[in-house]
Amino acid sequence: MSIELKSVSKQFGEVAAVNNVTFSVNEGELLALLGPSGGGKTTVLRMIAGLEVPTEGDIYIRGQRVNDIKVQKRNIGFVFQNYALFQNMNVFKNIAFGLKIKKWKSADIKARVRELLELLGLEGLDKRYPHQLSGGQRQRVAIARALAPKPSVLLLDEPFGAVDAKIRQELREWLVRLHHDLNVTTLFVTHDQEEAMEVSNRIVIFSRGNLEQIGTPRDVYEQPANEFVARFIGVMNVLELEVFKNVGRAGELQFPAPGYADGERIRIGFRPFSVQISSDLNQFPYQAVVRQTYFLGVMLRLELELESGLLLRSRMSKEEYANLALYDGKKVSLQIRNYRILSREHEPLGPELTAPEKSSLFVGEGI
Amino acid sequence: MAAQRFRVLPGFGLTMGFTLFYLSAIVIIPIAALFLKSFQLSWADFWRVVTTDRAMAAYKLTFGASLIAALINAIFGTILAWVLVRYTFPGKKFIDALVDFPFALPTAVAGLTLSNLFAGNGWLGQFLVPLGIKGAFTPLGVIIALTFVGMPFAVRTLQPVLENLDRGVEEVAATLGAGRLRTFVKIIAPTLLPTIITGFALSFARAVGEYGSIVFISGNKPFQTEIAPYLIVFRLEEYDYLGATAIAAVLLVISFVILAVINYLESWAGRYQR
Ligand SMILES: Nc1ncnc2c1ncn2[C@@H]1O[C@H](COP(=O)(O)OP(=O)(O)O)[C@@H](O)[C@H]1O
Ligand SMILES: [Mg+2]
Repeated sequence: MSIELKSVSKQFGEVAAVNNVTFSVNEGELLALLGPSGGGKTTVLRMIAGLEVPTEGDIYIRGQRVNDIKVQKRNIGFVFQNYALFQNMNVFKNIAFGLKIKKWKSADIKARVRELLELLGLEGLDKRYPHQLSGGQRQRVAIARALAPKPSVLLLDEPFGAVDAKIRQELREWLVRLHHDLNVTTLFVTHDQEEAMEVSNRIVIFSRGNLEQIGTPRDVYEQPANEFVARFIGVMNVLELEVFKNVGRAGELQFPAPGYADGERIRIGFRPFSVQISSDLNQFPYQAVVRQTYFLGVMLRLELELESGLLLRSRMSKEEYANLALYDGKKVSLQIRNYRILSREHEPLGPELTAPEKSSLFVGEGI
Repeated sequence: MAAQRFRVLPGFGLTMGFTLFYLSAIVIIPIAALFLKSFQLSWADFWRVVTTDRAMAAYKLTFGASLIAALINAIFGTILAWVLVRYTFPGKKFIDALVDFPFALPTAVAGLTLSNLFAGNGWLGQFLVPLGIKGAFTPLGVIIALTFVGMPFAVRTLQPVLENLDRGVEEVAATLGAGRLRTFVKIIAPTLLPTIITGFALSFARAVGEYGSIVFISGNKPFQTEIAPYLIVFRLEEYDYLGATAIAAVLLVISFVILAVINYLESWAGRYQR
């Protein structure tokens, strides 16, 4: 176990920035701390580094309790959101800073810096000052500086926050490769769920100081622990239904809702993948019109308008889209394969349910 | 052909013209007049007037005391600014306001107050004079007064830069194992140095030009506590206008050279910044 947090809380005056958080990070893992801004991600990172003292709880690094160990002694590589490079030192001196403190021999320092310059694609920039570098180069210098003393853990706060979309994509792939090459335990903070899903082995999801879920990208997508996670990870269609005679309705859509009283309002959620579309208007029970098509690389997202005016989001591959001969304005029929009944925000979700054929619903309604 | 750079705001010509006019009216024309006037003396006469023993002693005191005062301000002003920016303590607002005091106080009042304070029977003087520390009517008094008037320049120049200093840089240094002292010496001090030098320069320039407070605290004894500006006034009172302007021209040239050197130091210290 590389890092362990046990019932860690952090209070800033009245603000509970982190609330009784427990999780552990495996040696060599690439872990994302994901959550909306203000969720306490940075505070968790800072507590691990020793830049912030937990109000309660214990932190362990490689089995050793570090609560009382100073920042300087924790052997951690920290990359700040704004990189925080030493403006008065050139790239070489920035990277060598930690090594000088550890009293490495000058020849060893040179070799190590050269190795890192090469690893991070910074060859030939060693004499430059930070203001003479591009944003991406600055970030890589910051990472090289953090990695130089061979830290036991690398902590990155919003590493992709300050760069534009295209470079972001490259950086993600680059971070995965770097992690693969070095195999150093890495925690990075992000508020972008797509980024977390794509890059990490596991994701820790935070909201308002609480740990909502920890799991692989697939776990949190397919088995969200609660509605917050379900809505934060990926896209989700959410509908409010009114129950009458064990059937919940929103517009023309109907879902079985056994056990709920008449007049009760419940909410359900389903992923865009669950919305099945056919160009045969009679194949599926509901009629809709394609309103908008968004092209997201190999996948497409469709916005569909039902006859009642309800809007649903669906997702499919380009091939499927071509096979169905879809276009904006085309009429289609659709059904919703499975859905979950959502409860209050932070309570566990109901199980995934399969929507029955429309005809069977009518039986229930007809009584 | 180089394309002309697009400018958001028009009026480069206008503002440049105004700048040149303003500079000429306020700075260049008076300086030129000063030199022209002193050139009415022959070179030999000029040299004789400006190199009398009395004048030499006055230059030494003016520039020596000003440099020492500016140095004191650079060091203690930095500490004061640091405390005001980095810590919260009761009475901080009051102390912060107090820093401006020497700006606002008429210099004559400052001189009177200081000389009373440090005179043999003054509040501080009664304790200091028996110890051999004579703060009034000595070169030390001149240094004290010049430090007093220059202090706000050093503090106020540094404060905004300190406020904008990135704390992350210190924290990164700590994660890399650096203690406070190393972080200060290797990172913070070099970052602040250009600004400290600017504060030093302003404080120095202010000290060279100071007159009002010195005439009270120094006693103006020729060869001992007479500053160059006082000597100029003294010459004027003798109706020796040419002698006065000659000394003024010398002051001007020395000040200019020193400021040029400081300017160079400043850009050297900031060589890695934009
Ligand atoms: N030094 C601090 N003093 C007071 N409140 C803080 C401090 N640092 C963070 N907070 C508060 O703690 C909460 C979590 O902040 P943070 O950890 O920065 O969240 P995130 O990184 O997820 O955006 C926020 O409400 C923030 O205002
Ligand atoms: Mg943050």
